[in-house]
Amino acid sequence: MEYTPPPFFKRGPSLLTRFAFFSIASMVLLVADVRFNYLQSMRSVVAVAVYPLQQLSAVPSRAFGWIGEIAVSHSHLRRENEQLRQQGLRDAAGLQNQQALAAENEHLRQLLAMRSRVPRKLTAAEILYAPRDPFTRRVVVDKGGQHGVRAGAAVVDRTGVIGQVTRVFPWLSEVTLITDKEQAVPIQVLRSGLRGVTFGIGDDGTLELRFMPVNADIQNGDVLVTSGIDGIYPPGLPVAVVSKVERNTAYAFARITCIPAAGVNSYGQVLIVGMDPRQPDNPVAADDLAKPAVKAGP
Amino acid sequence: MRLHEMVAERAQTAEILRPVRGVYIAGTLLVALLLNLLSLPGFLHTLRPDFIGLTLIYWVVYHPRRVGFLPAWLLGLAMDVADGSLFGQHALAYAGLMYLAILLHRRIVMFGMRQQVLHVLAILAASQAVMLLVRLTAGSDFPGPLYFAPSIVGAILWPGMFNLIRLPLRPRADPDAV
Repeated sequence: MEYTPPPFFKRGPSLLTRFAFFSIASMVLLVADVRFNYLQSMRSVVAVAVYPLQQLSAVPSRAFGWIGEIAVSHSHLRRENEQLRQQGLRDAAGLQNQQALAAENEHLRQLLAMRSRVPRKLTAAEILYAPRDPFTRRVVVDKGGQHGVRAGAAVVDRTGVIGQVTRVFPWLSEVTLITDKEQAVPIQVLRSGLRGVTFGIGDDGTLELRFMPVNADIQNGDVLVTSGIDGIYPPGLPVAVVSKVERNTAYAFARITCIPAAGVNSYGQVLIVGMDPRQPDNPVAADDLAKPAVKAGP
Repeated sequence: MRLHEMVAERAQTAEILRPVRGVYIAGTLLVALLLNLLSLPGFLHTLRPDFIGLTLIYWVVYHPRRVGFLPAWLLGLAMDVADGSLFGQHALAYAGLMYLAILLHRRIVMFGMRQQVLHVLAILAASQAVMLLVRLTAGSDFPGPLYFAPSIVGAILWPGMFNLIRLPLRPRADPDAV
């Protein structure tokens, strides 16, 4: 008969067993997330559980802001109010002009039978915090799927594009900044109308304009705005300013470095710009559909 | 080092405390999660240590039967979602951290504060190395040597964390004492 010692010091499975179990469980999750993108629903469940803590963690910085507001002196407020009044007056003049131009633009577009531009849905959001993850450039904002935010929407601040919504939770969403590695923004040079794509290089405060020929018409100080041909970013939003152009004929492309126009790293309020719902069909797909019919002909 | 010096050093970390309630352990871990999520300005952001890692190490070293793998693993998943990192990255790192901390806990409690700091540095760096390995496998670039700065800051903060967690556990003054 087999002898087993009495379970005096029963302590469950051994340390190595427990470690192996939880490591394998984590690796299964990792593979499912990275290779197959299965876990969005599971992520949402955990996100709902973490949500109150995320809100709570933003309290100190908000409180700091409130204290700053309370401590502002009366004379400072009056001066600021005066400045804002003048600013508003100047903006109003520009805005009236712009309304006339918009109407004229719409009229001309109708004459030329071009697609008219639809106003997009704007959602104001506040940046809650920047995650600790040192591999990516992201921020978390306080509007999510419940507020009508969809993955892929562009995010802008007062001065330009800061990024794109890449993951949506019920009440929060994750914005990947344009400085994130390989984050692409289709742009147009404002001066020459040249189209291109900027890429983040994972470094704060720098973008790269890639695949531009060495003789491309680009100068230092050129303003890059969104081209709008991707259907995601609305056209004409400032993205970056060219800061350095290196033309070396040994390479096929020029090395062009830009500085983002928006305060990509500063905290504050942002606008989430909804996508244009009327996207045309992809012409490449239509070609592919037509090909077999041609082949079958003769 | 002479024997009486070793004894004196050991006395810093060995003291009799009041029993720990589970609620208190859960509370400290929750506060650690909050500290990990706190939005910090600029440079502090890259230096922020992993408070959850530090707190887990404390509880595992001094009360190895109270905190198991499961809470650590779930906290890891929470961090993954809050950080937007790969799902399971922090969970795997915390599983490794728990393994090392449980393996070494009998040794760590025997040491004084300075030697403990070195152990904590090793454990935190190992958990960061696990995350680095995961990200490199998934195709990210190495973000530079500053990546390991949080471990060093965490190790430096260990004595402070140690005393902070123990503060409510120190015995109250004996009312019967003369």
